[in-house]
Amino acid sequence: MEIILQGIKEGILLLWSMEPEIMQITLLTLQVSLTALFLATLIGIPLGALLALKEIPGKRLFLNTVYTLMGLPPVLAGLLVYLFLTSQGPLGHYQLLFTPTAMIIAQFILALPIVTGLTARAVMAQKQEVYDTAVTLGATRVQAINSIIREARLGIAAGITTAFGRVIAEVGAVMMVGGNIKETTRVLTTSIVLETRVGNDSMAIALGLILLLLAFLVNLVIILLERRSFKNETTIKII
Amino acid sequence: MMIKKSFVILVIFIFMFVSFGCGQADRDRLIKLATTTSTEDSGLLNVLLPEFTADTGYSIDVIAVGTGQAINMGEKGDVDVILVHARDAEDEFVDEGYGVNRKDVMYNDFLIIGPEEDPAEIKGENDVIVAMEQIAETESTFVSRGDQSGTHMKELSIWEASGIKPQGEWYKEVGQGMGDTYRVGNVMDGYVFIDRATFLFNRDNYELVEMVEGDELLVNHYGIIAVNPELYSHVNYEGVMTLIEWITSEKGQDIIEVYGVDQFGQPLFVPNAK
Repeated sequence: MEIILQGIKEGILLLWSMEPEIMQITLLTLQVSLTALFLATLIGIPLGALLALKEIPGKRLFLNTVYTLMGLPPVLAGLLVYLFLTSQGPLGHYQLLFTPTAMIIAQFILALPIVTGLTARAVMAQKQEVYDTAVTLGATRVQAINSIIREARLGIAAGITTAFGRVIAEVGAVMMVGGNIKETTRVLTTSIVLETRVGNDSMAIALGLILLLLAFLVNLVIILLERRSFKNETTIKII
Repeated sequence: MMIKKSFVILVIFIFMFVSFGCGQADRDRLIKLATTTSTEDSGLLNVLLPEFTADTGYSIDVIAVGTGQAINMGEKGDVDVILVHARDAEDEFVDEGYGVNRKDVMYNDFLIIGPEEDPAEIKGENDVIVAMEQIAETESTFVSRGDQSGTHMKELSIWEASGIKPQGEWYKEVGQGMGDTYRVGNVMDGYVFIDRATFLFNRDNYELVEMVEGDELLVNHYGIIAVNPELYSHVNYEGVMTLIEWITSEKGQDIIEVYGVDQFGQPLFVPNAK
């Protein structure tokens, strides 16, 4: 208990001191995770919407694959990325192993199915009525589809938050493809592993606190954006 | 419209954030070193490498894994140079043409640590084989790295020399680095085969104490080997040779010699470059 309390105390002091190394690690963590998340969102939302709205052959199979990949074990993702990027691997000559780019690729692979799958589910949950109403009101086909996606925004936002939670807490895959290199690829999770390994438990807790705070702040931003878009809608009140 | 505006701002923000700082360091000035967890966990590299960078202008990316994995990375050409401790495996690495210019850098020693109660009664034993036999006979908990690292291979070679095949409830293979294995051993009140640097660096946090040390068999040599540039043209051979020369130079060796004296009252490594 003493260690935990001391860790929390140390964590607050660390945050307060804004030590350059900690700042750099924190910034890199954000940079890698947000980039991966951003790319996954860019591809995942249209892909999810497409899967939900369009009839294409093999759609069920594809959707089921996406749902399965939502549970892809991070270390397996890491191993695959490693094998592709290793200098003998198919993408070896790009020399990407042990760089932030490799970590972004691994996290992207983990985030993409989550964003795609949850977007597809959220869009599918929208009723035909939304489309019909929009068309009745004179919307073109594209506009009508747009309004369905808008209506599904809450579910899509949930997908983004879930994916973010997954990538920022990721350790196995980024350790494998990033190498936990000081000042280059060391992120909060991998430095927690390192600090634990050298018996520096309170420091590890401190870094964990920063990670938690980061997750909280990013989620807060997403929630605020989401609330803005639902300004005029009230929550359901049963009583 | 509010939403769209804030979304666009967010996207722009992320784009700026993403593009900044993601550039890679100049590859010619960068050396990728795969090494064992012990050199990183002991803090030695934190002292050694900044000096090297200041002297030569090369920066070093350190990837700390077990010796087995470090050698494997060298064989695949994923790193430029390896600093490891497993002489047989190192010689094989060189003989098979993966590595060139192997140099001795330093040594320290392994020891067996264990709980104060000492269920196998090995404290003070100076023959490590006898000690291992007693641990096996009394089936006292023994926590092994189990990760094909240099330390693990060394431990296995001693088991082999004693004619014992370690197995059973009492023998726990954790498959993790030295620091982690130490932590598990501490929790389980078991015996641990450990390198001195990791032990000294962590012992204030844990309860296990020295049991067996000083046997000739326990010496732990570290060697540095360049990955063969004829095999992998992308390795930074020039940088690596600068590193090997520097680390075996008087200055590099002097830093190794005094490292740890202030903090632990004794050096963690003994330099032995020729």
